[in-house]
Amino acid sequence: MQPITIIVFLPLLAALAAGIVNKAAPPVFAKAVTTGALLVACALSWPIFLGFLTGEASPALVPVAPWVQSGTLVFDWALRVDTLTAVMLVVITSVSALVHIYSWGYMAEDPDQPRFFAYLSLFTFAMLMLVTADNLVQMFFGWEGVGLASYLLIGFWYRKPSANAAAIKAFVVNRVGDLGFMLGIFGTFLVFGTTSIGQILDAAPAMSGATITFLGMRLQTMDVLCILLFIGAMGKSAQLGLHTWLPDAMEGPTPVSALIHAATMVTAGVFMVCRLSPMFETAPVALALVTFIGAATCLFAATVGTTQWDIKRVIAYSTCSQLGYMFFAAGVGAYGAAMFHLFTHAFFKALLFLGAGSVIHAMHHEQDMRYYGALRRDIPVTFWAMLIGTLAITGVGIYGIGGFAGFHSKDAILEVAFARGSEMGRFAFWVGAFAAFLTSFYSWRLMFLTFFGRPRWADSPHIAHAAHDDAHHGGADNPPSQEDAQPKGPHAVPSPNYEAGTGGYHPHESPASMLLPLGVLMVGAVAAGFVFSGAFLDREEFWGGSIFYNAPLMHAMHEVPLLVKLAATIAMLAGLALAWQAYLRDTRLPGQAAEQLGPIYRFVYRKWYFDEIYNAVFVRPAFWLGRLFWRRGDVGLVDRFGPDGAAWVVRRGSRAVRHLQNGQLANYAFVMLLGVVAAVSWVLVR
Amino acid sequence: MNFATSLMLIGAELGLCLVALVLLLLSAWLPRAAARVLTIAAASALAGASIYTLALLLNGTAGPDANAFGALLRLDAFSAVAKLLIYLSTFACLVVTPSFFERRGQYRGEYPVLLLFNAVGMSLLVSATDLMTLYIGLELSSLSSYILASFARSDMRSAEAGLKYFILGGLASGILLYGMSLVYGFAGSTNFDAIRTALAGELGTGALFGIVLVFAGLAFKISAVPFHMWTPDVYDGAPTPVTTFFAGAPKIAAVAILTRLSFSAFGEQFAAWQQIVAFVALASIVVGALGAIGQENLKRVLAYSSINNVGFLLIGLATGTAAGVSAMLIYLAIYAVMTLGSFVALLMLHDADGVPMETFGSIAGLAQRKPALAWALLVLMFSLAGIPPLFGFYAKLVVFQAAVDAGLIALATVGIAASVIGAFYYIKFVKVMFFDARPSSDARAEVARNPAGHWSVLAASTVLLSPLGFLLTPAMERWAAAAASALFLTA
Repeated sequence: MQPITIIVFLPLLAALAAGIVNKAAPPVFAKAVTTGALLVACALSWPIFLGFLTGEASPALVPVAPWVQSGTLVFDWALRVDTLTAVMLVVITSVSALVHIYSWGYMAEDPDQPRFFAYLSLFTFAMLMLVTADNLVQMFFGWEGVGLASYLLIGFWYRKPSANAAAIKAFVVNRVGDLGFMLGIFGTFLVFGTTSIGQILDAAPAMSGATITFLGMRLQTMDVLCILLFIGAMGKSAQLGLHTWLPDAMEGPTPVSALIHAATMVTAGVFMVCRLSPMFETAPVALALVTFIGAATCLFAATVGTTQWDIKRVIAYSTCSQLGYMFFAAGVGAYGAAMFHLFTHAFFKALLFLGAGSVIHAMHHEQDMRYYGALRRDIPVTFWAMLIGTLAITGVGIYGIGGFAGFHSKDAILEVAFARGSEMGRFAFWVGAFAAFLTSFYSWRLMFLTFFGRPRWADSPHIAHAAHDDAHHGGADNPPSQEDAQPKGPHAVPSPNYEAGTGGYHPHESPASMLLPLGVLMVGAVAAGFVFSGAFLDREEFWGGSIFYNAPLMHAMHEVPLLVKLAATIAMLAGLALAWQAYLRDTRLPGQAAEQLGPIYRFVYRKWYFDEIYNAVFVRPAFWLGRLFWRRGDVGLVDRFGPDGAAWVVRRGSRAVRHLQNGQLANYAFVMLLGVVAAVSWVLVR
Repeated sequence: MNFATSLMLIGAELGLCLVALVLLLLSAWLPRAAARVLTIAAASALAGASIYTLALLLNGTAGPDANAFGALLRLDAFSAVAKLLIYLSTFACLVVTPSFFERRGQYRGEYPVLLLFNAVGMSLLVSATDLMTLYIGLELSSLSSYILASFARSDMRSAEAGLKYFILGGLASGILLYGMSLVYGFAGSTNFDAIRTALAGELGTGALFGIVLVFAGLAFKISAVPFHMWTPDVYDGAPTPVTTFFAGAPKIAAVAILTRLSFSAFGEQFAAWQQIVAFVALASIVVGALGAIGQENLKRVLAYSSINNVGFLLIGLATGTAAGVSAMLIYLAIYAVMTLGSFVALLMLHDADGVPMETFGSIAGLAQRKPALAWALLVLMFSLAGIPPLFGFYAKLVVFQAAVDAGLIALATVGIAASVIGAFYYIKFVKVMFFDARPSSDARAEVARNPAGHWSVLAASTVLLSPLGFLLTPAMERWAAAAASALFLTA
């Protein structure tokens, strides 16, 4: 059996075992089985990746089972292993294994642990299926599988209405994207006559310039197909327009946010665009759209991130924004840079999320940063983890020497966007540079609000509750949502002294099972950049044809003006300075700014009113239509004249028959004679 | 045909008659306690009669030319199959009867005797090829039935049932006789074949009247709508073992003779009676289904269920084809098993004092108290509702298949729709037994033990109705086809 088969299917077996045994065994069974399976998968994945890194391995296709053979539609279950897959394999299995370990501590007090671990492993299986897919249908299988797992995990605390709503929202919004993806698959099959990715990519260049009739218009075939596929990617990767589900998805347990909504699933869209990069290269309009949407998302999410108070939401918008970077990197043709950022982002964003989880754990499920402050003294390991994560995401480094992971990948993206030379490239560059400034600002804002300044815990209902009842450290079973908490006065004023601010509460550092993954991810956040940048960005042979590698562009990337190369660093420093000024030196400044910029602040704080607009345009009319069909159509028409009407007739008929059956002999005889008379009359007049 | 051959052909009836007479004398002299012995003797006689009839059928004696006493009786495949069904279902009724009456101290030797006379009357009825023998068989069967209905004569309801049955039965007999006299008057003969020949071609009003009245008289016996009014009251009022009997053998006999008469005597006038039969079939299905809904008493539910089933049987008759009659016979056999099983299960529902539990309320939560009984009832009810893979489904299937083949698509459609209504109260049994809470306060609600005889009859019918019953379909189809074709040979 090939290692890849074990890597993919071991998590499935573990998920089934954990899910079926469920509570019949102590939770440690499910935890051990799933975590063990992931550790094995992870251990098997790295050799594959290193094999491609050293150039020893070659792409392979491992058949699993026949699937569909219907006329010209033929495709099988098969696992495709090449460089692109290998990159995803290590990202998925490593982060998933770490998240499994982390969850031992984070979910320790939850009564439904077996279910949680089963879902996590199921998700991992689906994600592995997605990245190893050799045909679009299998990719779609994995695509839907991760969507399902995401739905189940967002709604894991299903007794919480907000979690259910978020789960449904994620599912429904993804469905919009999936429709595009499905149409893309159908169209691809229509045009190419196959769903095999290899055959499609081989045939794609020849299709350039062909036209197709779509929605009554004559359009470029490849543009149509790629835009449809990209709509699917937008849904899964939470790009502008279809992004609304991602912040709400933070209702799920934090390890889930780290694994699914930061490191792996949300990058599936980027992966798909890279996997199909030879196809996208033949579609200039689609690529321009990818660039534009990516850049727009990057900017949009970064602005919203600067105003949010919920620590997980800040990181969620940050994820959204970083995904935008990846997309516009792909859009300008630098798929290697996109994948590189995906790779580094997985480490530092998982680190940030797990760090945030550790903070939340320490703060008794308080997620509002207004009630944090001065935490670096109480939870030092978490502080260092978050600090390294922040250094990585803001891209701290020195040009020519090296830096944290984000420094390498984000700089590369900005440089390549500039080097592209197209208008869309320039646009992306400037937007990206500005977003880098915002990224730095909101990341440091998070750090300063959480770990520096004075404690502001006393006002938190969670902390108040915990301080009263410290012995009973409530588990992760029902953390209340902070979603719609209105800002209490624009900004909290620091309490006069330290002790008063703590409310008598003493945060404690998380257990070793949570700190260990943080440690591993810290290494990744520090080193993933300079260790792998050469391979991902500059070595065409590393990719081995698994993505479209634009060698001149990647070369030109290094020839951009010095100012461009320094742009990201400058933006980072500016953001840091502003955050330091606003949240450490003069803490009244943010409040004043928010007041003076009233409408703009509210516009950004309310997330550009996307949810409100969608509610008004789509959700309410859909509900209205649904109610119409339900009340008028189903109840009023179908039920009334269908089942209910029939039942009414039967009930009436039954009453009549019983009424006739009154026990009177004469009555019975009369009915008999009536019957005779009727029969006789009938034969006579017939 | 000489006299000896005639006697040989009616050997089963003769034997039963003799045994019945002897038992009658014995019961007059023997103490009451001997009733059980008489029952065993009667049951053995029925078993012997079945074997005798089966032997005649298998050795080829039974056939279209096996006429006895001129052309008064005929032992063809049709009458032989009908007789077998009658004997067997009467036999099963005898097995489950005594303990019911013994619990009340009401059991007497007349019961097996009456049942035997009734069986003789029914077997004469199904072999009749003459209006005279038809009427004698019918009345022999009916008169014993009236007495059986009021067998628990100290019980008001039983007496009332007997009286109602007798008066309405008398009215029906009058209608039947009037019709017969009209037919005789226009045909000039009481023999079926002669009537058939005489009535060919355009019919006068009088003859039409006669045919309609004859049908009406027989429709009473099979309790088809609108001549069904007596059924719920009599089934409800009569002692349950008697109801068990009524729902089985007499129905089989009446349906059989109605079929024989329709094709042998009035076959040329198919167009005249087809639509009446079709209408009566539909009315029976619908009224039976509607009437059962909302009933609380289980016996009344089963009474309406039997009306409903007669409707399905008549669909086979309305097709006017050999295939339809064959389907009808299959339905008849399966119906006999279903109704027997259901009533036996009902008989087994009584508390330690012998008080029957005959309402839906009293079987609530039966699955916890008596799982075997509840599961058997589940099979019976799902079978009656015609839910695959149970055997009752096959019965409905063949009948509707025949109707569709004969072009009666509207009839089949309405029948299927009405069987959905019927499914409601069959499934209500299951719902009440399995999902309703047992009445906790009622201390008497405990179901008492039952003798092995009940269990064996119930087990036999349940196994026959389970999917295992489908193993019998080839044999059933062969016999039913043979019996049906016997009616059409003269055509």
